[in-house]
Amino acid sequence: MAYVDAADHLADDAHAEPRSFLTRYVWSQDHKVIAVQYGGTAIVVGVVGLVLSNLMRLQIGFPGVFSFIDAERYYQFVTMHGMIMVIYLLTALFLGGFGNYLIPLMVGARDMVFPYMNMLSFWVYLLSVVVLMLSFFVPGGPTGAGWTLYPPQAILPGTPGHDGGIVLMLVSLVIFIVATTMGGLNYVTTVLQARAEGMTLLRMPLAVWGIFVATILALLAFPALFVSGIMMLLDKTLGTSFFMPALISLGQVSGHKGGSPLLFQHLFWFFGHPEVYIVALPAFGIVSDLISVHARKAIFGYRTMVWAIVVIGGLSFVVWAHHMFVSGMNPYFGFFFATSTLIIAVPTAIKVYNWVLTLWKGDIHLSVPMLFALAFLLTFVLGGLTGLFLGNVSVDIPLSGTYFVVAHFHMVMGVAPLLVVFGGIYHWFPKITGRMLDDRLGQLHFWVTFLGTYLIYFPMHYLGVLGMPRRYYNYENYDFIPASAHMLNVFITVVALIVGAMQIVFVFNLVWSTFRGARADANPWRAASLEWFTPHTPPRHGNWGAKLPVVHRWAYAYSVPGARADFIAQNAPPEAGGFEPQPHSSKGTAS
Amino acid sequence: MNSAVLPLPGDDDSSRARALSIGLWVFMGVATTLFGLFLTAYVMRLAGGDSTVIALPPQLWLSTALLVLASVLMQRAVTAPPARALLAQGGLCALAFLAVQCWAWLALQSAHVVVAGNPAASFFYVLTALHGLHVAGGLVACGATLRSDDPPRWRIALCARYWHLLLAVWIALYAAFNWITPDVARVICGVPR
Repeated sequence: MAYVDAADHLADDAHAEPRSFLTRYVWSQDHKVIAVQYGGTAIVVGVVGLVLSNLMRLQIGFPGVFSFIDAERYYQFVTMHGMIMVIYLLTALFLGGFGNYLIPLMVGARDMVFPYMNMLSFWVYLLSVVVLMLSFFVPGGPTGAGWTLYPPQAILPGTPGHDGGIVLMLVSLVIFIVATTMGGLNYVTTVLQARAEGMTLLRMPLAVWGIFVATILALLAFPALFVSGIMMLLDKTLGTSFFMPALISLGQVSGHKGGSPLLFQHLFWFFGHPEVYIVALPAFGIVSDLISVHARKAIFGYRTMVWAIVVIGGLSFVVWAHHMFVSGMNPYFGFFFATSTLIIAVPTAIKVYNWVLTLWKGDIHLSVPMLFALAFLLTFVLGGLTGLFLGNVSVDIPLSGTYFVVAHFHMVMGVAPLLVVFGGIYHWFPKITGRMLDDRLGQLHFWVTFLGTYLIYFPMHYLGVLGMPRRYYNYENYDFIPASAHMLNVFITVVALIVGAMQIVFVFNLVWSTFRGARADANPWRAASLEWFTPHTPPRHGNWGAKLPVVHRWAYAYSVPGARADFIAQNAPPEAGGFEPQPHSSKGTAS
Repeated sequence: MNSAVLPLPGDDDSSRARALSIGLWVFMGVATTLFGLFLTAYVMRLAGGDSTVIALPPQLWLSTALLVLASVLMQRAVTAPPARALLAQGGLCALAFLAVQCWAWLALQSAHVVVAGNPAASFFYVLTALHGLHVAGGLVACGATLRSDDPPRWRIALCARYWHLLLAVWIALYAAFNWITPDVARVICGVPR
């Protein structure tokens, strides 16, 4: 059954409301508290990742000046930065943070369908973070194998953190996957089972669609990381040879034989490429909602947007080997993976056109969330276009080992989704806390972050085309790297430090505004989607008071001709109009 | 909500049943993907030049029979009384399956087939261990269902469905251990002998 009946038994449930501080805020089963727990933890661990990136930039910009950054530490910083940002920050924040907060509120549910498992999901995630952070304190430090953890080097002597560091990293990943699976079961089941009356699948906001499809990707892709993690853990601890070939390392014959490092790469990237879309699809969905609300226009081509999300999700499973062109493969496979990679550009371009057409002749309000959404568009288009370069085998091979790739993936799956994270936080903060984030600090945060990240990553494309290799600890004494490239590196480092420092302003704004920010009214952005129509702001336990909402239209009824206001709530009576372009009836609705 | 399943409005019991059913389908998808990927890795690794066939211990026929019986009992528990007793018997068969799998491990150990030996042995130990965990998870759910004197039919049906997956996965694994030899793996992967 897709919809729940209007009759509501929550008031009869004597166990519904947690009474103590512990059950309300710590061992909470409330999706909103869990979302904040996820978000807070992800932001804290993200700050660690940010600091690591600044330390890396200090070494590249000013080699030799900071003596504590030796080669080993540099590689440890690179590895931990990558893994933290991709997995423990972005994945956790989009699915655990935004997913937890938005799904029940946007589909009109009281909570996630499995509240207890939802709580467990957060605590298991926290455990994975603790295990990861412990690796900073074990002998040898965290792993420095690079975020892809390629064997055989990941577990061999000579690689930093080849003992405790890599073991803790793998254990942490396995724990994280358990947490993600528990969360994912909840998100999928809640979307399928707990939608309010009238909330058809094709009336769900695109933010929910993006998170929903990304969750399915996560549930199907993370097992590949789980499999490779378990097998590498056994190669390291029990001496199996799943991935480890026979080799001599530092003069010692290893006990391994016959293992296949390529097998690891296939498994890793079968996870790794969908992971890009696990991060990107929620960003696509959220940014669609931000653009529509702040341009006061219905999203252009809603159904196409939904199908594009689904198609991109499906295609993301058949492109993984484009990360392995330099590993060597049958030319026909190379042709297949290059072609499938380029095909993904089609639904993605449809989304970009639809965002632009939504903005076209819209009543654009340059609020902070909208600024971040527009910045995402520019950044994502740039990062996506360089992806088309790298999707071609013949172009990828010379560029693969250079800063061009660093620039590409930071633009497309680092900066672009983070801009949406910021936009989303500025947009939904009034709902979460009942207060507004400070607008001046928000503007400052936006402009420095947006311009700064462009100044950091745009020049890196040139460095890459120039042939500057990535992954190097030190670029001195390479004749082919001109002095101007070193100057550019100094410039990039200085900007990176400024952008890094600016995030302190953001965190300060979050903390300060939570307690001292201006009071927000229930719907400060005059949005039409369901989450803004809870009886209380912030929503109380159970979200909807005595009676669940009934939905009569889509979430994009903006600037409807003849309407009293420039938006019509999803749960406004049918007489208010503003139905979706292809109205469809559903149980209990009059559309 | 201090409950495993959110009290959904409407007919509480049937809406909870539907929610749990969907959740279980999704989890079964995840588990199937996991074992499918392991089997893919098994084929790719066995295509390597160092793989040899291991002699599978005969105890595995007994464990297979036990899991088939468990699945049959679970299915009967859904359709015929006494449901609780049949459910318990299905659970016991699964428990016995785990014991026989341990026996098979001991037999392999005594034949000096070690986990760090050839890849067929490594995969055997890893996959049987993971499948064992999968069974153990099911036993926890089965135990929780048995705490009720009169467990609802839909809960028993969920247990039965889970048990059928356990059986299907085990048969797929056992078939792979038997029939996907290094030679077959090389043919699948197109590796010249």
